[in-house]
Amino acid sequence: MHHTLVALVEDKPGVLNRVASLFRRRAFNIESLTVGRTDVAGISRMTVVMDSDEVSADRVTAYLYKLVNVLQVEDLRDVPTVARDLALVKVAVAGHDRGQILRVVDETRAHIVDSGEQTMTLEITGEPPHVDKVIARLEPLGIIEMVRTGQVAMRRGDTALSAARYS
Amino acid sequence: MPTDRTGAQIIWECLVHEGVTTVFGYPGGAILPAYDAMLDYPVRHVLVRHEQGASHMADGYARAGGGVGVAIATSGPGATNLVTGIATAQMDSVPIVCITGQVPSRLIGYDAFQETDITGITLPITKHSYLVTRAQDIMPAIKEAFHLAKSGRPGPVLVDITKDAQQARLDWEWDPRPVKLRWHRPKASVSRSDVAKAVDLIKASKRPVILAGQGVLQSGAMKEVRQFAERINAPVALTLLGLGAFPASHPLNIGMMGMHGEAWVNHAIQEADLLLAFGMRFDDRVTGNIKTYAVNAKKIHIDIDPSEINKNVQADAAIVADLRQALKDLLDAIQPADHSQWLKYIGSMKGDSAVRDIQTLPDNGHLYAPHVINDIWRLTDGKAIVVTDVGQHQMWEAQYYHHELPRTLITSGGLGTMGFGLPAAIGAKMAKPDAEVWAIVGDGGFQMTQAELSTAAQEGVKVNVAVINNGYLGMVRQWQEFFYERRYAATPLRSPDFVKIAEAHGLAGFRVEGRSEVADVVRRARETDGTVLIDFRVEQEDSVYPMVPAGADLDAMIRRPQPSVLVESAADTI
Repeated sequence: MHHTLVALVEDKPGVLNRVASLFRRRAFNIESLTVGRTDVAGISRMTVVMDSDEVSADRVTAYLYKLVNVLQVEDLRDVPTVARDLALVKVAVAGHDRGQILRVVDETRAHIVDSGEQTMTLEITGEPPHVDKVIARLEPLGIIEMVRTGQVAMRRGDTALSAARYS
Repeated sequence: MPTDRTGAQIIWECLVHEGVTTVFGYPGGAILPAYDAMLDYPVRHVLVRHEQGASHMADGYARAGGGVGVAIATSGPGATNLVTGIATAQMDSVPIVCITGQVPSRLIGYDAFQETDITGITLPITKHSYLVTRAQDIMPAIKEAFHLAKSGRPGPVLVDITKDAQQARLDWEWDPRPVKLRWHRPKASVSRSDVAKAVDLIKASKRPVILAGQGVLQSGAMKEVRQFAERINAPVALTLLGLGAFPASHPLNIGMMGMHGEAWVNHAIQEADLLLAFGMRFDDRVTGNIKTYAVNAKKIHIDIDPSEINKNVQADAAIVADLRQALKDLLDAIQPADHSQWLKYIGSMKGDSAVRDIQTLPDNGHLYAPHVINDIWRLTDGKAIVVTDVGQHQMWEAQYYHHELPRTLITSGGLGTMGFGLPAAIGAKMAKPDAEVWAIVGDGGFQMTQAELSTAAQEGVKVNVAVINNGYLGMVRQWQEFFYERRYAATPLRSPDFVKIAEAHGLAGFRVEGRSEVADVVRRARETDGTVLIDFRVEQEDSVYPMVPAGADLDAMIRRPQPSVLVESAADTI
């Protein structure tokens, strides 16, 4: 089962290492981990998607709080969220109909962000299952290269995990 | 007034401000500026023989004295040699601060001479760590390190300081304000609903057992635990690290639980209808098979570390708080109870204490380790600080030295670190110079850090070292006897003449081969100035009983074989 945890962490050297080390040491599996800045200088936000049961997700939250650089952890299971994943996919255009690719683009809200003589690069953004689906449609066309950001997520509604309270 | 200071001087200024009077360390290239500055500060430096000794001494110092222990080492091998001691302190939640030198910041990452990524290496075995590359960052790092080491659930903190940061100069003054971390945890407080739930469980219980762990000592909740136990008339079982938290002679003290706990204690836990866990973490050595552990008991778990709640055992009521405060709040809410039937029942499992008194057993010509430890207990009135190593002697110590006072048993519980005993005993003696300190060690573990005898000799500290010498790595041999068909792979151990080793250090050494000699030699050792070593040549193939095999049900103990040459416990026969 997939669980999404969001953590506000101090932007200091080694913090990503500490979080990753915790998952490794306690034998939890990370599906994806993204980290980026927040609106507050010195505070970063991590989104961790882990493959685990409920108990493990509870354990991880408790263990994350033991890390001195972790300020706040939010468990996004059972709450409505906006979740996004972004993929860049370079597909082969030589040897088959460019129209097939354009059809996928039309039908899936993908964007063409670059095109070369042999390849075309698409950007796909959306809920992770949506990104999965688009990639599945592109696979038969020949994926040359692909990168995904991993999921970022935020709770829907007015409840906010504000970094400002730690500024 | 800001004053011109080097980073190296700032290190010592900070340590002095933190109240440090003694440090344990070993100099080297990357920490040389700090060592040079040290001469101008009122701090006693104890030169160890191996940096592992420094981290264990800092550990023993902290456990005996209740403060923070400090270890210092250079970069590279100096720092990596600290690792075992840091891991030991982490597993047993001991507040130590380790300061290491690091290669100059411009060389970090270049595989410079004696460079090692010590903050990376120790990341999973420290509470927190700092890599300091600028002199102005030294004070905040050291202040935070001390704050973190001793606050909440204590633990080791490492501060790695580059050589150029030690050499740099700046206008500096001490900032007396308390540390303020962004890492702000809501003040651990006792919520009313938790207390109410716990009170209901206590009221409903007919067969309660209090499980007291090291948290009692760290919180300083000895008095409260006692009041609590007396108020609800409940038996108190102790973890290995909790020994001393509740007086051994108290009628409600039923003894140590777990793998080598007494049979009646483990039976009482298995038959209990309520466990009150005070500052303990349901370690696997305490629970045995977790699936069959105290299945009929409700659990009240009080711990300062929220991550311990529901980790090994599901709690029916959990209080995340400083134990002392939590017990004070609970004491206001609970009514006196009477569990004399339950206590009588446990007492009947325990049997007659005269029967269990090994002192009354006839001398059959053999010297058994329990006799040695029991004699040391009698002769020291149960009031010495005893530091053990790891293995059979450690368990016999826990069984036969009955600790009356808090912080008088110092032992590596969680990590089970052989080699801990002697250096930790030296550290304990430094923290408590007026206390009588015994290191009870095995012939195996002693040889791992035997070189620290030289430290004891140089420092002129008095530690009584009792080597329980059975010519085997005894605990492993015991497992081989029980579980590996007595195939003694790599456990027979030939040792040097320990008496001569002591004498080579200018220390007194004694040898004891018969039970009748024990008391006299212990007396002589206590009267001799300086560190003394006694080589107790004990029975070679004796085993620690009872024993819960790893992973077995807590009440599925291997009992002492009959007829016993040692203790004939009534519990062994039921």
